[in-house]
Order: sequence, then structure tokens, then C-alpha cells
Amino acid sequence: MKRFLGFVRKEFIHIFRDVRTLTILFGLPAVMIILFGYVVSTDLKNASLAFLDLSKDDVSIELTDKICSSGFFEKTADLSGYQDIDRILRSGKAKAVIIFGEDFGRDLEAGKNARVSIIADGSEPNIATLVTNYATAIISGFNQQLLLAGQVSVPVIVPEVSMFYNPSLKSQFMFVPGVITMIMILICALMTSITLTREKEFGTMEVLLVSPLKPVHIILGKVIPYFFLSFVNVVTILVLSRLVFGMPVNGSPILLLAECMLYILLSLSIGILISALAKTMQQAIFISLVGMMLPTVLLSGFIFPIENMPKVYNWLSAILPPRYFIVIIKNIMIKGTGFAHVWKETLILAFMTVILIGLAIKKFRIRLQ
Amino acid sequence: MSKSIESTGIWKNFGDTQALKDISFDVNEGEIFGFIGPDGAGKTTLFRIITTLLLPDRGSMTILGLDSTKGFKKLRENIGYMPGRFSLYLDLTVEENLNFYASVFGTRVEDNYELISDIYSHIEPFKKRLAGKLSGGMKQKLALSCALIHRPRLLVLDEPTTGVDAVSRTEFWEMLRKLRQHDITIVVSTPYMDEAIRCDRVALIQSGQIMTIDKPQNIRDGFSRKLFSAKAADKYGLLIALREYPGTLSVYPFGDSIHVTFSEEKPDKALTEFLLKNGITDAVLNETEAGIEDRFLELMGKDETRKL
Amino acid sequence: MTRNPVIKVRNLVKKFGSFVANDNLSFEVYEGEIFGFLGANGAGKTTAIRILTGLSEPTSGEVMVAGFDARRQPEEIKKNIGYMCQKFSLYDDLTIRENIMLYGGIYGLGKALIRERTNQLLDRLNFREYGDRLISSLPLGLKQKLAFSVAVFHEPRIVFLDEPTGGVDPITRRQFWEMIYETASRGITVFVTTHYMDEAEYCDRVSIMSEGRIVAIDTPAELKKQYDAESVEEVFVKIARPGMKHGKESETADNKREA
Repeated sequence: MKRFLGFVRKEFIHIFRDVRTLTILFGLPAVMIILFGYVVSTDLKNASLAFLDLSKDDVSIELTDKICSSGFFEKTADLSGYQDIDRILRSGKAKAVIIFGEDFGRDLEAGKNARVSIIADGSEPNIATLVTNYATAIISGFNQQLLLAGQVSVPVIVPEVSMFYNPSLKSQFMFVPGVITMIMILICALMTSITLTREKEFGTMEVLLVSPLKPVHIILGKVIPYFFLSFVNVVTILVLSRLVFGMPVNGSPILLLAECMLYILLSLSIGILISALAKTMQQAIFISLVGMMLPTVLLSGFIFPIENMPKVYNWLSAILPPRYFIVIIKNIMIKGTGFAHVWKETLILAFMTVILIGLAIKKFRIRLQ
Repeated sequence: MSKSIESTGIWKNFGDTQALKDISFDVNEGEIFGFIGPDGAGKTTLFRIITTLLLPDRGSMTILGLDSTKGFKKLRENIGYMPGRFSLYLDLTVEENLNFYASVFGTRVEDNYELISDIYSHIEPFKKRLAGKLSGGMKQKLALSCALIHRPRLLVLDEPTTGVDAVSRTEFWEMLRKLRQHDITIVVSTPYMDEAIRCDRVALIQSGQIMTIDKPQNIRDGFSRKLFSAKAADKYGLLIALREYPGTLSVYPFGDSIHVTFSEEKPDKALTEFLLKNGITDAVLNETEAGIEDRFLELMGKDETRKL
Repeated sequence: MTRNPVIKVRNLVKKFGSFVANDNLSFEVYEGEIFGFLGANGAGKTTAIRILTGLSEPTSGEVMVAGFDARRQPEEIKKNIGYMCQKFSLYDDLTIRENIMLYGGIYGLGKALIRERTNQLLDRLNFREYGDRLISSLPLGLKQKLAFSVAVFHEPRIVFLDEPTGGVDPITRRQFWEMIYETASRGITVFVTTHYMDEAEYCDRVSIMSEGRIVAIDTPAELKKQYDAESVEEVFVKIARPGMKHGKESETADNKREA
């Protein structure tokens, strides 16, 4: 036990003596929260829209007004024909074009489905998604209005928009869970794999292996300090997002922290696994960033909705732990649901953790290669 | 005399490269045993097998009476190891490094202080300094203190004097000498031929093979011919001329002189004339005693499988 | 013997803030000489080499290398010297020929000349048929010999070698020194920096630096006689030992200051 405590003590000295590690540990969450909260904000404000109204009836004019007065959009051009669409999108003067076909008014009167097409600039997928989402939301709202007024009996268009739980459409609320997920991967996987490979590179691992210290001691000795620090970090992020964005924790905070601990443990075992595979710090960094960070950012549903991904990516995303953690944390923080709604994801994460820890210990070599 | 290490027929390959070929040797208890050879000779691989960090492909090794493969857990408590690069935590102070290694081996610095006091006293004034800020010589002493802190029965030192200045090297060997009184067996490797004489026995190792094992003096005595040291103002001219002389067996530059052997017992007038003809007028030829390096060169030359 | 100096250093001083790295150095190195520049780590060797190779400006003093002033004509100096260090010399992922082509090009040699000298060089090393092998596939000893050949490929007046033979086997080391002898016999000055004292034995003359100053300069034989020593290493230990004590005192003083 004494051996083990001596080892943990040494790890803490490493961390607290290295200014760079400390900066990453405590500066990064704050920077990320603020960066994603403000700069990379995906709130839509005055996005430029062009209209092609071939019907020019009362309803189409009214809907156009409604879209433009929402505050999300700004009308920058009125097009005269289909041939203008390509030009205006290419010039960047509009993020999307809303088209009312010639038959729009007539179809509506006849009680048939009237078509409103939205063509968005796909070169900025993120904005395109947002614009189409917002626009369809407004159209569907308009639909409801028509229904209520008794002007039509069947919905004209039925867009599926799920923003029920985040009615103010604030994107920060979506990002905080994402940032927590990312930070955990970064600190747990990257930092632990670096400290372990550093011992390899500096030759100290050779002596540790020759010593009576057991592999379990070495692994736990590395894990405990980072587990502790990651936990402090999660709390920091939650407090920060509360103070800066007024982000609530609608569900049980204890459940939330418990889920975070599970996820920290999982990320740590990924880190140890990486260090078992990597020979140098450089390799460890590469594997952590390219192998872990990128998929987390791109495929976990953090930035791009999983539903919109091609099937292959969707499958790929299914084996990524962050995907489940994001669901869990969003459920608890935003929806305020309890364990009953996240037990499935929790179980998946727990299962992954057990497998990864097993693999990490098995792969951790008691000899050199 | 009981043996600390008994190695029989150790082979080790890394992919296509044969790192060790049929390595057999014994190390007696309490002696300083040296492996002398250049980079890439296989010293580090062999030391990693001794310290149970690598498994041999073939062959067996008994260390301190235990099989190195099966008994590695017990062995690891009795081995002190100093790898090629001093294994220190550069962001920890001198004192913290020592305390850490003591705790890892389940002991305290105070318990074995008298063992390391001779060595540690050199660096104790700087105990609050980060290990990364120490000079090469001081790092070496700290690493040795750390390797000794659990009072091992076998001390394994992989190139402890490489990259350390001459003064520290001399001091280091004096320290190893003193350690013998504590019944610690020391296995040490070095690329410096001149350090061979500091060991009780040495093995000359080259291309993964042991060429010879003996006491340093016996190795020198093993040199098969009379060795001559030649000097002239035009060293390069002398070298070329000696090489072209028909009676010459071997010629090697050796510092400020040239070491040469001849097929006949003693070079005669023919050589002097030959040198004169080649414009070397001031050549001085003296018989000299062969050193470890001369013997090393002789053994290397014999190995016909070696490709230049 | 007429001795024509190719390096002339007079009262060279280099300071970094209040730290004096080179304290009033004066020495000469002659054409075709093999000169060993010795000293412990941190004695000021590296600083002096940087000045001699035109990479760093002296604080004061006069430094002439290959007939050019190190302060005013560093670019001219660079054209007339070669440099080889142990750590980096050749690109591992290029072939032998590609490496030579690259260096020949850097020094402005014509293509035909490069091709001709490349073949000569490969012949000398008995390596003609392997010219298209990657550097990474060569054994260490051969890499070093090759690196040296490349460093003198443009026939410089002086070649600087940094710890050239550390760690290689005794036969390769001797082949390497023969190459150095041969180079020196062509009139190229060989300037060897090292802290391996056994390398020093092969030099015509050596200087020993300690704490920024040159404390001894002579032929190895003369130094050994003077200090009643068997090897240059012993000379070095004898000279450096009092210096060590001095160093320890100052380190203790440092420590007190830190505390």
C-alpha cells in the first residue's frame, strides 16, 4: 500500500509542477465553454433568405412576411424565375431560397398539399441544417394557424421539428454536454496516455517494471489523480455554464455526477489502452486526437445530428462511447429525466468500460517488446 | 564459488535481425563483470533479459538461483537496474526521486542510507534541485543511488558512463569498487575499451556474440603476436606504407601511433628500406604491450562472417 | 615546416548577459591539421563552434576563418567549411545518391561534377552498387563514414566534426580515422570537437577548454609528457579536477541563492 501511495504522490507532483498540464486541465474547459458558447454559436440571427414566389397569392405573401418577421431571417432578394436560384446561392447573398410554386395558392384552395420548397446552400451544412430547421418550424407553425382558423382541413405540410425541450432554441444548451464529453476524452484519454508513454520514453518505465510494483498499481496510480482532476473539471464546467449561460440542471445532480464518473472511468481506460499501443508521446497524442477527438466531435452527434448521417457513419457512431454519454447528459440536464430513461445508455457505457479496462490491463505489458 | 548469473545458449531475434546469438556466461557472486562492445553489439538486449524485461527466444538463464522467466516476480525485488538513459524523473527533485524509488521498492531512504551515503553525499547539497537541472555526472550518481536504495543483491548497469565526462567516469568506477564490500554483484556494460581493466572479468561482445570472456589481463595476454607501435611525423604516409609492406599482418591507427603486427618474429632491415623507399625517413618502431582494444580488433578480424 | 593558419582567433569573448561563455580565447589552427577541440559539457565548446562557423557573432575579439572575418563575412565562411555532427547529417528517408545530390546542390556544384564525385565517393567506400539504398537501411558505422564524405564533398577548406566516432565498433572507428587522415593529407583542415578523450589521441594538436577558457593547447604527446599522464583522458582529469571543485563551490552558491 505504501508503494502505491508513493506512486500516487509522485503523479500529483508531476501534474502540479507542470504549468502546461495545469493550463490545459483548468484553462481549456473555460476556453471551450466560452468559445462554443459565444463564437461558434449556432443561433440563427438575420440569416439571408431569397424568395421565389410564382404563386403570388394572399397565403404565400402572408407566409413570406411571417418568415421575415421572425427575427431569424432577412429577405435579401426576390427572384423572378428558377434560373436565378443557382446564381443567388453561389454569390452567397442568400443562405437559402424559399420557393412557392405556381400552383401553391390553387392547391391550397383545392384542399390538396401545397408545396413549399426550401433550397439551402449545402456548402455550409451546419447553417443549412439550421436554416431549413428554422424555416420548416415557422411553416409548420403557420400550418397550425391555418388549421385553427379553419381555412384548411388537412395540414398542408407536416414538418418534423423536435425543439420541444429547448423552446428558446439556445445552442449553448446543446453545446455544454458536448464540451463536457470532449474535455473528458481530452483529459482522460490524452493526458493519461501521455504520462504513461512519457515513462516509456524517459526510460523510467523500465525501472518501474523491474521493481516489485504490480501493473495494477502502476495503472491505478496513474488513474486516480486524473480521475480526481476530471471530476473537479466536470463540476467546474457545470458551475461555469450555470453562471455564464444560466444553464440549468433539470434532473438529479447526483445522477448526473454518477454518470460523469462512469464516463471518466471509461475515458481513462481508453487512455491506458492507447498508452499500451503507443511507443512514444507523439504516437499517443496522435492516436488520442485523431482516433478519439475527431470521431467525438464529428460522429457523436455533438455537432452534426446522427439522424442526418449516412448509414455507415451512423453505425460507426454506435461504437463510440460519447454518443451514449451525450444522450444521457442531455436527458438529465435539459429534459430533466431520471435514470429510468437513460438506463439503456448507462448499461452500454458500463459494458464498454468493463471491456476496455479488461483490455487495458491485459495489454499492459509486464515486459518490454 | 556460487554464481549470481548462469546463462546458457541465449538467443534473441527482433524480426529479421539477430540481436543475440548463443550467449553463455557465468557471473560469480560479488564480482564486477563487464560487457565491452560497441553500440548495436546487443548489450542492452542482453541486460533487458537479465532484468526480466525481455524473454529470450531460446536458452535459459538462472539469476540468484531463480529461473529468470518463471521466477521474475521474486527476482525483481533483488535486482537494481540502471538503464542506458538514466531513469530519473526530471521534474522531480533529487530528494523526491530517491524517496519515490525507495517507496516503490517498499523501503525507506534511512534504512539503507549507509549503502548509498558515499555516492549520495556528492549530490546531497543539491537535494532540492530538479533532476533535470543536474549535470550528467550528478544525474549518473543520483541514478546509481536510486538503483541501490533497496539494497539489491544484483546491480545491473547499462552503459552508466556513456555521455559523462572523464572526471565523473573515474569517480564512478571508484564508487563501484567500494560497493563490492557490501556483497553486491555488479554487471556493467560499456563501449569504452579502456574501462575493461576496472572489471574483475569481462566479456567482449560484438554483433550479438561473445568473442571471449576472461580477466582483463588474460585477455590482453591472449594477443597472439608481437605488437609494435610505429610513429612518424607523416602518420598517414606511414600508415599507407605499412599497409603495403608485404610482411605486414595488421595495421591500425591507434591514437598518436600505429599498431602493427608482422608475419616474422621481428621486422628486419627490409622494413626500414621499404619505408625509406616510400619517403618515411623518421619512423620509430617499438614493441608494445597489447591492450584490450588490440585483442578486440584481433578477435573481430578473425570473425570471417563479419561484413564491412 | 611552413604553417599557414586557416583559423585565427584573437581575444575572442562571447557573453550571454552577464554569463561569459568564451573568456578571451586565442588560438590558431593550421592548414591540413587535425585539431581536437576538447572540453566537458558546458565548457563553452558549442558557443565557440557557433562563432567559428558563422552562426553566432562574437561579443568582442577577432575571428578569421578560411580568410574571412566571422563578424562581417559569415556567408563566405559557410561556403568554405563543411560540417558533420553525430545526431543529424543525412536524411534517413532519402537514398545515398539523393542525399549527395542535395548537398552538392546546396553548395552550388554542377550536376556533372556531382555525378562524377558521387561515383568516386561510392567507389572509395566500396559501395557503388548500393547508391540507391535508403540511408535508414545502412549500419551506423557506414552512415557515419558517408556523412563525413558528404561533409567534405564540396572540398571545403575546413571541416568541423562533432563527436564523430562515439559508439562505433573499433574497426569502423579506425576506418573513419583513416578517412580523416586522408582528408587532412589533401590539405583540408579537420576540426574535431568531442568530449570523448580517446578521440583526442588521434589529433595532431588538441586544446582543452574549461569554464570558458582554453587551459591547455599542444600535441597529445607533449601534453602527456607535461602532465606526466598516460593518456589525454588522464591529462583532462588532472586539469579539470581543480576546476571541478571550483564548479562545485559555485553550484553550492547557486543552491544557496535558490534557497
